[in-house]
Formats: sequence, C-alpha cells, structure tokens
Amino acid sequence: MEKTKTTELDNVVIRFSGDSGDGMQLTGTLFSNLSAILGNEISTFPDFPSEIRAPQGTLGGVSGFQVHLGSSKIYTPGDDADVLVVMNPAALKVNAKAIKKGGVIIFDADAFVKSGFEKAGFKTENPFEELGVSDTIQLIPAPLSTMTQESLKDFGFENKTVLRSKNMFSLGLVCWLFNRPIDHAIHFLENKFGKKPDLLHANVKVLTDGYNYGNNLHLAINTYFVEKSHDTPKGKYTSISGNKATAWGLIAASKKAGLELFLGSYPITPATDIMQELSLRKDLGVKVVQAEDEIAGITSALGAAFAGRLAATNTSGPGLALKSEAIGLAVMSELPIVIVDVMRGGPSTGLPTKTEQTDLLQALYGRNGESPAVVMAAGTPDDCFHYAFMASKIALEHMTPVILLTDAFIGNGTSLWKLPKLADLPEINPNYSKPGMEGINVTSRDEKTKVRYWSIPGVEGFGHRNGGLEKDYNTGSISTDPINHQKMVDTREAKIQNISNVLPDVKLEGDKDADLLVIGWGGTHGHLMSAVNTINKKGQKVALAHFNYINPLPKNAVKLIQGFKKVVVCELNSGQFATYLRSKVPGVEFLQYNKVQGQPFTATELEEHFATLLK
Amino acid sequence: METKELKIQYTAKDFKSDQYVRWCPGCGDYAVLSSLQKVMADVGVPPHETAIISGIGCSSRLSYYMSSYGFHTIHGRGAAIATGVKVANPKLSVWQITGDGDCLAIGGNHFIHSVRRNIDINVLLFNNQIYGLTKGQYSPTTQKGYVTKSSPFGTVERPFRPAELTIGARGTFFGRLLDVDLKNAQMTMTAAANHKGTSIVECLVNCVIFNDGAHSWLSEKEFRADRTIVLEHGKRMIFGKDQNKGLVLDGFNLKVVTIGENGVTEDDILIHDATSEDTTLQMKLALMQGPEMPIALGVIRDVADETYDEAVTKQIEEVQAKAKIKTFDDLIDSCEQWEM
Repeated sequence: MEKTKTTELDNVVIRFSGDSGDGMQLTGTLFSNLSAILGNEISTFPDFPSEIRAPQGTLGGVSGFQVHLGSSKIYTPGDDADVLVVMNPAALKVNAKAIKKGGVIIFDADAFVKSGFEKAGFKTENPFEELGVSDTIQLIPAPLSTMTQESLKDFGFENKTVLRSKNMFSLGLVCWLFNRPIDHAIHFLENKFGKKPDLLHANVKVLTDGYNYGNNLHLAINTYFVEKSHDTPKGKYTSISGNKATAWGLIAASKKAGLELFLGSYPITPATDIMQELSLRKDLGVKVVQAEDEIAGITSALGAAFAGRLAATNTSGPGLALKSEAIGLAVMSELPIVIVDVMRGGPSTGLPTKTEQTDLLQALYGRNGESPAVVMAAGTPDDCFHYAFMASKIALEHMTPVILLTDAFIGNGTSLWKLPKLADLPEINPNYSKPGMEGINVTSRDEKTKVRYWSIPGVEGFGHRNGGLEKDYNTGSISTDPINHQKMVDTREAKIQNISNVLPDVKLEGDKDADLLVIGWGGTHGHLMSAVNTINKKGQKVALAHFNYINPLPKNAVKLIQGFKKVVVCELNSGQFATYLRSKVPGVEFLQYNKVQGQPFTATELEEHFATLLK
Repeated sequence: METKELKIQYTAKDFKSDQYVRWCPGCGDYAVLSSLQKVMADVGVPPHETAIISGIGCSSRLSYYMSSYGFHTIHGRGAAIATGVKVANPKLSVWQITGDGDCLAIGGNHFIHSVRRNIDINVLLFNNQIYGLTKGQYSPTTQKGYVTKSSPFGTVERPFRPAELTIGARGTFFGRLLDVDLKNAQMTMTAAANHKGTSIVECLVNCVIFNDGAHSWLSEKEFRADRTIVLEHGKRMIFGKDQNKGLVLDGFNLKVVTIGENGVTEDDILIHDATSEDTTLQMKLALMQGPEMPIALGVIRDVADETYDEAVTKQIEEVQAKAKIKTFDDLIDSCEQWEM
C-alpha cells in the first residue's frame, strides 16, 4: 500500500469544468466558500458558454469555475490550474492548456469512453496522450456516474436525478485532496436544499461517499493543504460577486441618502444579475422596472431622477450605445443618475459572456455635443460595492450622470468582502433647494461647485421646466444665445472637473522608486498587482498606478505619472485609456500592453512583458 | 403631500407659465393648451403636484407653457420617462404630451408598453398627421397617397389608427377630441384625468402650415354636427344638426339611421357603454370613417383595472409586511458570513 503525502502550499488554483448542466458553478462556489470559512483568501471566476444548454459533451457546452485559495493576500482567480476536475473529454480538451506541469486531473472515468471522445473531437482513445499531458500530469480517474448511482441506489430516484448529484461526488473528492473537512459543505447544502429533505439527504450521501472514495484510494497522490491567511484584516467576511456588490452598493447609497432606489433596466448579459438582485430587494423598498428596451431602462430611471429619487440603470456595451442620447439628456438636464456598464466583448453583440474593457471611450465621449459625464471603474468584485456607492454619492451631490464601468470578469467573479455597516459609510447630501430660497429656477446653482439646486416635484414654490434644450444661465428659460451657450458648456464641464476636489488621490502601489510605472484601470487590478508584486520580489523595481476615477482624474494623477521615466498602460482593449491619458498628461511617452481576446490578463504574461520592458 | 382639508379652487391662470407661447398663429395646439389649463384647474390637483412630460415635436413644447413641474425630454421617450416619474412618485398627476411622430413612430414601443402596463398617466396625443417641427414630412398617421415633402409622389404607407393600437395594446382608456370643439375637449380630458390607468386622448389638431385642413371635413362648423358623434357613456348614440341621426347594429356592423324614418324610434338607437371590458363595439365606434359614418369623439373606452404603479407599490408593501430584512444592516446580516 502506498502512502499519501500532504504538501503545504501558499496558494492553489482549482478549476471545475463540465457540461453547462453538470453543476460546476455550484461545486466551485461551495468549495470556495468552505475554504474561506476555514480561513483562506479566495477569488473565483466562472467561465460559461453563451449557449444555455449546448449539446451534451461538446466543446461548445463546456462551463468552468475557477477558484484560487491562498494563505496570504491573493488578487486574482489565478492563471493555470493546479487541479483540474473534468466531467467529460470536451472539458479536458478545452482546459488542457490551462493546467500547470505536475498538476492533478480528476476525471469522470465513466464519461471517458469512445462516444465522449468523438463528441469532443479526439482522434484516438487516449486523450491525455493526444493532448501531450500524460507525462506531466497526475491523473485521478473516478467513475463518478457509476459511483453516484451506487451511492443513491436505495433512494428510488430516476437515473436523471441521480446523475445530477455527481458533482457532489467530485466535490467530496476535492475536499479529500485538500484535506478539507466536509462539515461546512454539508452546512451549505442544508441551506440550499433545506426545503427538500430527499435531495439534501442524497447530496450529502454522495458528497460523503466521494470524500471516502478519495480516502480509500491509497494512491501515490499528493494531497494539499493551504494554511489560513494571516494577511486578511480581522472581521466578518462573505464571498460576493461584483454584480451583487454593485446592487448592494446602490441600496446602501439610497439608504444613506434617504431616497428610494429606482432601477430601470433591460436584461443583457453579463449585467442582468444586478437587476435580478435588486428585484429581490422589495423588502428594502427598491423599485425595479424591467423596461421594454434599453432606452426605456434609462429614460424611466431619468423620470425617477426628475421625481427626486436615486435613479440607476444597468447594462452592457450594446445597451450603453442605446442609452447614449438619454445620458446626453441627463447631462443637459443636470439630473443625477448612475449608469452601470458591465463591459463584455464587442463590437456589436460581440462576445456576450466574455470580458473586455472596450467601452471606455464610449463612456467618455459616446454622445453628441459637449457632453461631460463622470466616468469611474471598479477594480475587484468586492469593491464594486464601494464604487457603486460612490457613483451614487457623486451623482446625487453633483447633479450629474455617473457611468460606472465594471466588466464580466469582476461582475461574475467573486472575492472576499469585509461586511460593512451602514453607519460607517460616508454621508450623502444632495444640493436640494430649500424652503425659503427665493428665485430658484432650473439652472440656479452653487457658484463655487457649479452644482445646480435640485427641486423635487411635489414641493410647492419650486415648479420648473427642465429639458434637453439649452437654457439661459440666469433664468433657466430656453435660450439659443451664442454667448450663453458657451457659458453653459463651460459650466457643465467645470462642474465635472470640480469633482476632482473631493476624489482621493490615485495610489502608488509597489516600489515607489520604480524604473517602470504600470498603469491600469478597472477590473484588471488583481492581475496587475499580482504581476507587479512578483517582479518586485525578484528584485526589480516596478510600481502600479491603478485608476478607479477616470473623468475627472484624481488631482495628483498628472504629476504622479510625469514622475516616471518609463510608463506602460495595460488594458483589455487596443489602447483607450492610453489615448485618453495622452490627451491629459503632457510630456510622457505612454507604452501600451493590450489584449482583446475576451479573457482577463494572466499574471504570467504581464510579468514576462514587464521583464522585457525592464531589460 | 397629505390631502388638504381645504381644497383650493384653481383657475386656468394658475397653470399658465410666464413663457411666451411659440406655436404658429392658427395652430390647433393653442386650443388644446387652453382646454388643458381649464381642465387642470377644474380637476384641482395643485400645479406643484402635476408633472408634464413631453418628447420632441411642436406639441411637446407644451410643457414650457404650464406652471407645473415639466420635463421636455427627447424624441419618442416621453412615455418611458413619464412611467419612471409615476412609479417613483405615484402621488403626482402625470401628463404626457406627444404627437403622432413622437408617439407612434420613434416612440411606438414605449407607447404600446405604457398602455399595456396601464400606468396611471394621461396622454394627450396631438395628431395632425404630419411632422411639423421638421417642416412637413409624412408621419405614421398620414393618409396613404398624401403628398408631403418626403413623399413628393404620395405616401405608399398604410397609416396607424391610434385607437386600434391602443385597444390592441389592451388600453383601458381611449378618448378623442377635435381642437375646435372646446366643450368635448374639456369633457374628454376631464374623464382622462379621472381615469386610473393610461388614458389615451387622441387630439385631432390642425397644422396650418404643413397639413392645413387635414381634419376640416369634420371641423367645419356647418358640417360638424352631422359628421361627428360625441359619445357619452350611458347615453344613446344620437348625433346630427337636428339630433335625429343615430347608430344601430346591422348584423356585425354599425349603421346610421334617421329617427322617424322607416319606423326607427329613439329606443332603437344603441346606448354607449364605455366601461364594457369587451372591446368589439368600442373598436367599431373608434374606427368609423366618413363619409358614410360620423367620426366618434368623446370617451370611447373607459375601463377600470389595476394600474402598474399601484401594483408595484402594493407588491412592495406585501413583501415588506412579511420580510425579515427591514434595514440595510439586516441585509448584510442575512448573508453567509465568517470571521477571519
């Protein structure tokens, strides 16, 4: 009998992959949550196909879920996997390149048969050899289907129902491989299937059998152990996706401002989760209108803003295009509204389920006329909460549309989130017109901040006519006067630029005395930070300036960038932020590192590129 | 906005803004504006609790001429913006001002969906069968064959009939008025204001510049009584200069008869039922065309049903009554959490 060794790792990447109906998302979520409970840092990323149910066993139907566990701070869901769990040959084929040398593949031996190989387009009956991984990878075959059937033979379920539980068998195996007690997984299952005792019992049985199966394998396989993280600040945590965090950030802002939250929205991948999350929150008084189209999504929200509420709309690239004219109306009518764009691959319908940062210039400039709006971006799944809150605060306090850019990667991905308390969040104080104010019209404003006074329908004495036509600076009546138009254009721009007075400085992370400044924005923070840290550990000097506020830029941005000799802007587009910075920061040669493949950066490719630049 | 004990008696003047009205001299919109101001004063919702939402077009300028809260928005989107205003604050009286292009071309989608949802807004659809503000192109209601600047050889398009579209979208209220007929205009607008749900009022207005006389067949004073019928719920469908013409059913169709001829008596004439759920007869009335039939004015359909804004509010109240989560901090406490 051979002995099982346990290797202690600082961090490990596990990828679960199978048919989109195989329950890989649930398996991955359960595993990452129970690891977090045991004290690990976690970061996850689901990778689903655009088809809901592509034909079983084909490459098009493969759905994945990647989990990164760490005993110290981790920033990304990881590049290549240490452990890959595949439910069929197609999943193996799709992920073969994404596994580390010396890694482990757990596979459903029942699915690794001729018909499965054919569906996945293998030419031989030895897919591991065909892919060239047989020598470098440890294989753990497990007849998941047979074992699950065996496990549930006394339950009297139909075979179809039985096979739905095989993901629990794989979860049990992975728990064994990582020396994880399964109690916490059982606790999660109790929450999920509490109302269906039969299903709960069945899933727990299969999970336990999977764990014991591993235990009894007596294979010469390394098992792993990832120590508790000591980098994580103490406190209560949960694991949250960027989309949910965005929804909750909007709710927090509405409560803090004492205003009802109104969302006008139209379903669009990958942004729909935000609408669905807010639709659940009737208990907190959130009003959601699922509109007839993207335009009605934003215009109904603009109506709610006019009526004095915290208004928001959420969408993805094509939807942002449809909303352009209404954003222009929000600029012109100086009404507060938050527009969340969960960016995906474009142009046109593009790659709906994949991630990109290709909407930046659309957000900044995609409107007719001189039409300045606030543009900001969240960096990680959990900080979507903070930036959705801040987007609302800025919109309400500065009477402007705010476009918040997130993306499919951080929207669907999860990270640890330290639970906030409403009392600890900043106050939100809109610039309302107040009883006793005389002569307030639709363009009356605070001369210092240029923020106009917000008069709410229903309040006597402040009746006004707002709209999309140019207004007279003094009277608020419509005006085509040339000098007045210039003044209004300048005023609207000054109002936005003034916001930089209340923004935090952009931080310089990594080595302050660096030979290379890496610039990023939005959802790439994790990969960039990870790569910069690795390079610095190797003794070279790199710094990161990562931007969350884009228009206006933080006040220290220009000087900070000008302080470096070599500057590279890394983004998941062809150079949109670099183009923007060239127009704002004189005297700097901006190098670019760009990728437009619908996929996030990998830390490895960034490290390699930075190393080349440092030569 | 608690209901006030003492109801103030408003006058039309209370609803007039200080802005100079800039429609062309002789435009039919003037009559609708003054009727609206009169109706609003009579209905008695204070100006500051009234929101006028308009899109783009000549008629949409109306929001500037009212002293209430107003929002002159973008082309076609008035219905969606009004939906947001009303759902956000159901206590406001919300009016949407729109034209045949704004409402039925670029805004067609929002129109049918606001009607379908039965959101409690009052819509004045100014139908002059032409694009006025862009200077004379055909609209979705322009009669087929009509020569305009964009149809120099006549349009080849089949026009929409707003009533058919409203009823097809499951509308609960449809009324029609003629710019020159102030009495019926005020009566119809008042009914629209009192109706809970989306009230569509088709306002037949004359564009003196680009489509002069589009409705003259009915509006000319000497023929008006014979060529139009003002429908009133519960009353017989009698019309004509001498009030001796009436409508009866002949098989599945409506027919004009003369009281006192061929043994027809007043008792034979149909009684108008605007509250009938069944749209069959209301649709027939709404689609009557000359010269054989009179054009129907007044309230053609007025059916009670739950409004969207009420339903949204009610559902929130029901959920809240049973909810464990009452505050944002409760929401945070509700999630799976652990100490690190």
